[in-house]
Amino acid sequence: MIAVAMSGGVDSSTAAVLLKEQGRDIVGLSMQLWNQRRSLPGDEVASEEQELKRSGRCCSIDDIWDARRVAAHLDIPFYVLNLEDEFEKTVVAPFVGSYLAGETPSPCILCNNYVKFNHLVERASQIGAEKVATGHYARVRHDQALGRWLLLRGKDTRKDQSYFLFGLTQDQLSKTVFPLGELSKPEVREIARCAGIPTFDKPESQEICFVQSGSYADFVEKYSGIQQDKSGSIVNAEGRVVGEHAGIHRYTVGQRKGIGAAGKPQYVVQIEPGLNHVVIGENSLLQRKRFALRDANWIAIETIEKLDGPIRCDVQIRNRFEPQPAAVWMEDGEVLVEFDSPQRAITPGQAAVFYWDEVVVGGGWIKS
Amino acid sequence: MRRVYLDSNATTPIRPEVVTAMMPVLTEHFGNPSSIHWFGQHAKSMIDDARQHVARLINAESSEIVFTSGGTEADNFAIRGMAESQKAKGRHIITSKIEHHAVMHTCQDLEKQGYEVTWLPVSRDGAVDPDSVRRALRPGTILITIMHANNEIGTVQPIEEIGRIAEEADVYFHSDGVQSTGKIPIDVRRLKVDLYSMSSHKIHGPKGIGALFIKKGTILKPLLTGGGHERNRRSGTENVAGIVGFGHAAKMARESMATDMARVGELRDLLEAALKSRIEFIHVNGENAPRLPNTTNIMVDYAEGEGLVISLDLKGVAVSTGSACSSGSMEPSHVLTAIGKTPDEAHGSLRLSLSALTTREDVEYVIEVLPGIVERLRDLSPYYKKV
Repeated sequence: MIAVAMSGGVDSSTAAVLLKEQGRDIVGLSMQLWNQRRSLPGDEVASEEQELKRSGRCCSIDDIWDARRVAAHLDIPFYVLNLEDEFEKTVVAPFVGSYLAGETPSPCILCNNYVKFNHLVERASQIGAEKVATGHYARVRHDQALGRWLLLRGKDTRKDQSYFLFGLTQDQLSKTVFPLGELSKPEVREIARCAGIPTFDKPESQEICFVQSGSYADFVEKYSGIQQDKSGSIVNAEGRVVGEHAGIHRYTVGQRKGIGAAGKPQYVVQIEPGLNHVVIGENSLLQRKRFALRDANWIAIETIEKLDGPIRCDVQIRNRFEPQPAAVWMEDGEVLVEFDSPQRAITPGQAAVFYWDEVVVGGGWIKS
Repeated sequence: MRRVYLDSNATTPIRPEVVTAMMPVLTEHFGNPSSIHWFGQHAKSMIDDARQHVARLINAESSEIVFTSGGTEADNFAIRGMAESQKAKGRHIITSKIEHHAVMHTCQDLEKQGYEVTWLPVSRDGAVDPDSVRRALRPGTILITIMHANNEIGTVQPIEEIGRIAEEADVYFHSDGVQSTGKIPIDVRRLKVDLYSMSSHKIHGPKGIGALFIKKGTILKPLLTGGGHERNRRSGTENVAGIVGFGHAAKMARESMATDMARVGELRDLLEAALKSRIEFIHVNGENAPRLPNTTNIMVDYAEGEGLVISLDLKGVAVSTGSACSSGSMEPSHVLTAIGKTPDEAHGSLRLSLSALTTREDVEYVIEVLPGIVERLRDLSPYYKKV
């Protein structure tokens, strides 16, 4: 039996359609991840009116509703699993912690690593499903010669989501099915339409699912219960104070920040959590070649430690980014990456993923 | 796939005879019972018949039965109505920690409005100690509300003893009888209750209909005002089809309860004994207290209730974990917490509830499939090591 992680959207619904057409025994699972009713430490005591407004809502309740409709349409068993605790522990809390440490986190990758391909797979195996399928645009293949499971970009390179999946282990990959890996988005929509999927033209979700109202910065403040003043100095590259900021979690490396003395636009070039400083400067200061990585995960190779010299590969440092050639090696217990030519805004907290053409070699989190 | 339904404390299938009894109301006998004409009179007389059947089931008089939209409304009506009617006398209510949400949340709401509520603890088997009720009484006590039988573990409370205490103290006594009605003999005179809630769909009747027994002479402020239906106690045009169905289900329950429940009790005991002998590390919650004959609540160590319920459903067996209303949230059941279970233990609990329509084959099928499912879950559990 294969468990299909269903979000109610066109992609996961089509994944279910395809597996069903192949005659596979499938079960639909949706995850309840976050309950909007939970009050955050920074919330004022909710009035009865607010309480009423909030009651019964959770960020993805409409999605779960859609998923249930799709499952009913396909006539497959469907269940909602409550993974709120796991989601908070492995996604929401680290997301907030990352911003407070001056980084720019990628919660969707954390959710894949720890919730979907860990807890969901575990729950699925409890109910007798050997594999979990999702609607990701990526491919999994077992390479006999290497004796390893490989992760490849989706055939539709514009929709490819392999970047978000770099953290999958060999064990996780061996239990994963990506039915959309060989398809393009228009093909997927067509399959969904033909199969009568009620949500075939549903727009794609873009925002961070647990930040419902207000900005992510407001969420970070509420969740962490920030009471005291988080403001600090904005300094220029020479260390001179040029302004004040309202908390480092409100800034991202590369973000434009005012106009400099010479009339040149200024950007956030660095965030220094220890000093509570936001450093700004001209665009040229954002250009760097080298960075260090933490929590690397290797897929196409066993580990980088056993290799003699650096490996050559193309490195992607955020979602919308054309991978650039670089060398990757291990030095003093740290994985280092050096691009052949400088790249703009290498942002701590984002993932760096290494490719050999369409094969994911591995990846990790940008440290500094 | 074979489908076995063992979730009768959540709801029960409607008996075919009940459907047959309801059909005329859904077709030619559509009249409004308040109307003077033939159509109205016919509807009215059908309601009267149904009211008699419901009354007889608990040894009440017809005039003491008020139809409601279900058990939840009956509980709200009893508790809120009494709180309102008696507020000049006092603002203290006594209840237990294992009530159904319809009672629990209503009492919590009254707390917010300034009423004081004493939440009585229960024994490890889920029984309320009548003495604790006596001790909780005070001059401002206006209502005691203790459920007759618990929906999750099936414990039957000492209602008669509590009723005596309430009578001596001259305090109104409500009991939520949603789970006990139709499953055990009920005599509201003997129990000395003033208010008693019932629900139709737990006894093979339709959903959306229930009733509150209100002892003659009891002043109770209505929840719903309007055209003065149900002797001014509950306004709103009657749900005639529902009432007729409820009446027929009550009639059938009264006629066959003794034989049905004896058989159901045997099947439940067979189920418990077989599961205990085939699966290690399981316990029956509330085993040592008087229980409903149809309910068993089993705690399966080293297994998640959610995984058990879904795995069973994939094999065609419908059961629940926690109480049906709280499935979908990970809050451990307040009932299992009240009998001293840890959240982990509570999450590993499974409720199997039988009905008059459950067959021996149904039970045997569960005995056949459950051990394998438990084994699979335990094999995946890091806490379980085979001895």
